[in-house]
Amino acid sequence: MNSAAANAVVSPSAEAVIDVKGLTKKFGERTVVDDFAIRVNRGQIYGFLGPNGSGKTTTIRMLCGLLTADAGEGQCLGYDIRRESQQIKRHVGYMTQKFSLYEDLSLAENLDFIARVYDVKDRKQAVDKTLERLGLTARRTQLAGSLSGGWKQRLALAACLLHEPKLLLLDEPTAGVDPKARREFWDQIHDLAADGLTVLVSTHYMDEAERCHALAYIAYGRLLANGTATQLIQQSGMTTWSAAGPDLHDLARELRGQPGVDMVVPFGTTLHVSGADATQLEQSLAPYRERTGYRWVRIEPGLEDVFIGLMNSAKDNFQ
Amino acid sequence: MNAYFSWPRFLAVLLKEFVQMKRDRLTFGMIVGIPIIQLILFGFAINTDPKGLPAALVVNDESVFSRSLVRSLENSQYFKFTHRATSEAEADRLLQLGDVQFVLVIPSDFSRKLQRGERPQLLLAADATDPSATGNALATLNQTVKQAMDRELVGPLSGLKPGELPVDLRVQRRFNPEGITRYNIVPGLMGVILTMTMIMMTALAMTRERERGTMENLLATPVRPIEVMAGKIAPFIIVGYLQVTLILSAAKLIFGVPIVGSLVLLSLALIVFIAANLSVGFTFSTIAKNQLQAMQMTFFFFLPSMLLSGFMFPFRGMPEWAQWIGEALPLTHFLRIVRGVLLKGNGLAEIVPELWPIGLFMLVAGTVALKRYRQTLD
Ligand SMILES: Nc1ncnc2c1ncn2[C@@H]1O[C@H](COP(=O)(O)OP(=O)(O)O)[C@@H](O)[C@H]1O
Ligand SMILES: [Mg+2]
Repeated sequence: MNSAAANAVVSPSAEAVIDVKGLTKKFGERTVVDDFAIRVNRGQIYGFLGPNGSGKTTTIRMLCGLLTADAGEGQCLGYDIRRESQQIKRHVGYMTQKFSLYEDLSLAENLDFIARVYDVKDRKQAVDKTLERLGLTARRTQLAGSLSGGWKQRLALAACLLHEPKLLLLDEPTAGVDPKARREFWDQIHDLAADGLTVLVSTHYMDEAERCHALAYIAYGRLLANGTATQLIQQSGMTTWSAAGPDLHDLARELRGQPGVDMVVPFGTTLHVSGADATQLEQSLAPYRERTGYRWVRIEPGLEDVFIGLMNSAKDNFQ
Repeated sequence: MNAYFSWPRFLAVLLKEFVQMKRDRLTFGMIVGIPIIQLILFGFAINTDPKGLPAALVVNDESVFSRSLVRSLENSQYFKFTHRATSEAEADRLLQLGDVQFVLVIPSDFSRKLQRGERPQLLLAADATDPSATGNALATLNQTVKQAMDRELVGPLSGLKPGELPVDLRVQRRFNPEGITRYNIVPGLMGVILTMTMIMMTALAMTRERERGTMENLLATPVRPIEVMAGKIAPFIIVGYLQVTLILSAAKLIFGVPIVGSLVLLSLALIVFIAANLSVGFTFSTIAKNQLQAMQMTFFFFLPSMLLSGFMFPFRGMPEWAQWIGEALPLTHFLRIVRGVLLKGNGLAEIVPELWPIGLFMLVAGTVALKRYRQTLD
């Protein structure tokens, strides 16, 4: 973890690139984003997590002026998110969840179009440079529609970077992309952040979450937790035990519903058993720890345990 | 159970289709709307035997004979003398502008010559650009005139009514003397083809952006609605001119349609007409959720345009309410312009009364399109 940027999460003196509060969006009767607040500092990579349909895309769209918030206020790059969306659009690179460049245009043609729309100076050079930077030069005349997922994602990133934005909003950029391409993508994100670019990125991958300087977790349109990964784990107050042994599936079935056991999640050849109340959990587990053939270890809960826990408690509160 | 065809499975599909059809309000509307519109248009609005055609009268000899003649023509129901002109030139201008379909000229020595049995000339000029509009009126003309004269030539004058007509009836088919239908159809086709293709192409072009998800990216950029609209429309204006060139060449080379008027003037009118259609297409694209709906809307607009504009059937053969709808459509006015310029040799002054309604239509449709086009996704 980059400690300087991580410290920035708690340091109010750092320059905020995104600072919004009370953000609310309704579609008809349904409140999809409810009283959402976030503060992202310059140079940070901020991870945005939450189950499908929790309002991540909607929030990102409100930040870049694609949707008008029903309530809430704040600024993005120093511009008011409600009144100055035109200026925000100029300085933001937004990568949509679904590939949204023209499949019937070649890579170079797509980038050329984007460059013109943003009125990029020295357009031809800028396009060439961006193609080069993302290793797309060899495919410049290929139609975007014929690219595979990983290459499409690279092209989309190229299109976001072309006008040298100050803020990147990436909506599940690595969904459906192979691990090697994901790794390269994230290396690139870190390089960009090191150069001062701020990044808000939504993801479902835990390894990606761990590579972020700070995280926000949203469910049912509400911000449930935010902070660094370490902070989130500490704040969760969760205790986790790992069990290894035979017939884990049967063990899991027995453990579910016991007092103090909030979560039983199989992780490969082990079982993670977690609960918010450490004493009660320990009491419930005591008889099982006597069983022969099992090895019980108390472990630090992972981010995934924390998020599933958050999700479960949210379900109780909002459903 | 039959392995090749299962009724329950068939029913499952059938029901699903009905449910989907019901959900898709627009398609459902089309399914019901198109037959109703066609029935109304074909059943009531379209009349290939137009009556009450407006005519201008130039009377240089007020007499019992001329009055009787006018009355008989009106009684035949084909003619309706809406204008009285003081000179032939004035009447000809009305014909040129399309305000009247016929001009009847009664010469100054009409009754004197008639009484002397000298067979005076009676001139009827007809706007024959659309032969089907004047055909029946002209076919019954001889009979009507003969009856009128027979009625008046009684007593001492009855000797003047032998078998043949006591007047020398001259019919002039103006602008299309041979009454060739394709002279009327081919220029009209230009308007019809442009209406169809221009609306469809813009409607599809925008809807495609939405359907393929590229709209979101476009909206996230600083590009403005008016820029998108102009940028989308401009290429199609060029496409439109390409089509026009094709149709005009075919009209001239294959169909031998006379081109009397100025092509530059026609090009000017074309810009307005094409832009009007593109605005309609753009408006549709802001409403349609997918390309199929865009197509359906195009047809919904195209059908009345074709049927009520005077392209397929004589405009004056339609009842008044249908004419009002027709007047609101750009194609109606464009047909008058293109026929006027190509066949009648009309100039700017003559086409302006037809040009401004198209311009107005374009402004209204363009405003609606811009109002509806949103810069956000909500
Ligand atoms: N344009 C819209 N109209 C109505 N409902 C919408 C619209 N966009 C999103 N939603 C709903 O809002 C909720 C949140 O969606 P979204 O922001 O896409 O979630 P996420 O990106 O976290 O998966 C979903 O239930 C979705 O169905
Ligand atoms: Mg999403």
